[in-house]
Amino acid sequence: MAEIIVQEKGKKGGKRRPKKQSTRIDMTPMVDLMCLLITFFMLTTAFSKPKVMVITMPEKKTEKEPEVKIAGWRTLNILLTGDDLVYYYVGEAKPPLPALVKSDFSKDGIRKVLLEKNKDLFRQITEYRDKRVSGKLIVADTTAESAIKKMKKNDMKGPIVLIKADDKAKYKDIVNIIDEMSICNIASYAVVDILPVELGMLKTAPK
Amino acid sequence: MPKLKPPVRTPHIDMTPMVDLFSVLLIFLLLTASFRPQEATVIKSPNSVSEKQAPDKDIMTIIVNKDGKIFFNLDNGKDSAKHTRVDVLTEMGKQYNVKFTPKELNDFGHWASFGMPMADFKKWLNSKDSKEKEGLQTGIPTDSVGTQPSELFFWVRFSRLANPNAEVAIKGDGETNYKKVKVVMDLLQENKVNKFNLVTNLEKQEVTLKDLPK
Repeated sequence: MAEIIVQEKGKKGGKRRPKKQSTRIDMTPMVDLMCLLITFFMLTTAFSKPKVMVITMPEKKTEKEPEVKIAGWRTLNILLTGDDLVYYYVGEAKPPLPALVKSDFSKDGIRKVLLEKNKDLFRQITEYRDKRVSGKLIVADTTAESAIKKMKKNDMKGPIVLIKADDKAKYKDIVNIIDEMSICNIASYAVVDILPVELGMLKTAPK
Repeated sequence: MPKLKPPVRTPHIDMTPMVDLFSVLLIFLLLTASFRPQEATVIKSPNSVSEKQAPDKDIMTIIVNKDGKIFFNLDNGKDSAKHTRVDVLTEMGKQYNVKFTPKELNDFGHWASFGMPMADFKKWLNSKDSKEKEGLQTGIPTDSVGTQPSELFFWVRFSRLANPNAEVAIKGDGETNYKKVKVVMDLLQENKVNKFNLVTNLEKQEVTLKDLPK
């Protein structure tokens, strides 16, 4: 970027030199163009890549297999029915039918229930993470991940959450509830089909 | 005494640093940019705390918009010599007896998401008017015809065959009825896809030990 200013003051007499041309280039159009290009790129590029939430569904089996028995007191059934409402009950939907409890997606809603049920595991995992953050424990990300996975696997007290949605449920409800699972570090959860009994229960549920 | 007139000079600002700065910015943007593809529909993704990034290659996306219309998108894969999209469309053409010209196939390779029944596909490819193009996007049918599986089933099937490494992402609008998404998930499971990536926006939520109920 040469910026040599040659001021030719007409000197009388002496040798006549060829007139020196100023080497200054007017950069304004270049700046204009660059401004335009930058604006264009700013507007057309996607800076933040979308994030994804991974969910693995149980494989669909064509042939009937004996159903896996899970402890009734550990099962927490969550029913979604739209309108930002969450209903839940513990155990199985067998007569006498358990009462549905109404809740929502707020901080004191379903999260409190899940944390209460998952206290031990949540404390374990959070303490582990805090240790890493504070620098008391220095391990690689993959090691930490597998350690947390192991904690989840060894957990025998936390809830087994069954997520069920009826026809009125919105997609965001499902995303929100799966999100709550990862916030509360729930070890085992699954999205399953709603039972006819539960549909009936929803009809009589408190609004 | 005559007034002394200073020589009139046009004020000249040295633009060199500005140009330098702009060049740096421009180069930075050029190198980091990933172009925002033109989407067939507007989606408002729900929020989640997940910080996992969506892969930008080897991914097929099923988009479900607010009205439950289904759109499909897939990339050409990591190997740029392969034309996954073209292969998939060729297979689809064979399945539904639609003949595509090489030009049509090539054009399709550059498009982003789409969503229309195979019957309208040729019309959509050849349409020049963007309004008309938009009108043709009525969503990919998910109902099976008789014993034959649905069109979306075949899209997923052929995409899986053409690029076995492709992951599946579901991009749904928060307000979409879950029933519609469930149809898509069931269909994917029929195609032996059991792991889905749900596209979400990041929204941080802090829960600490203090939040634990006593």
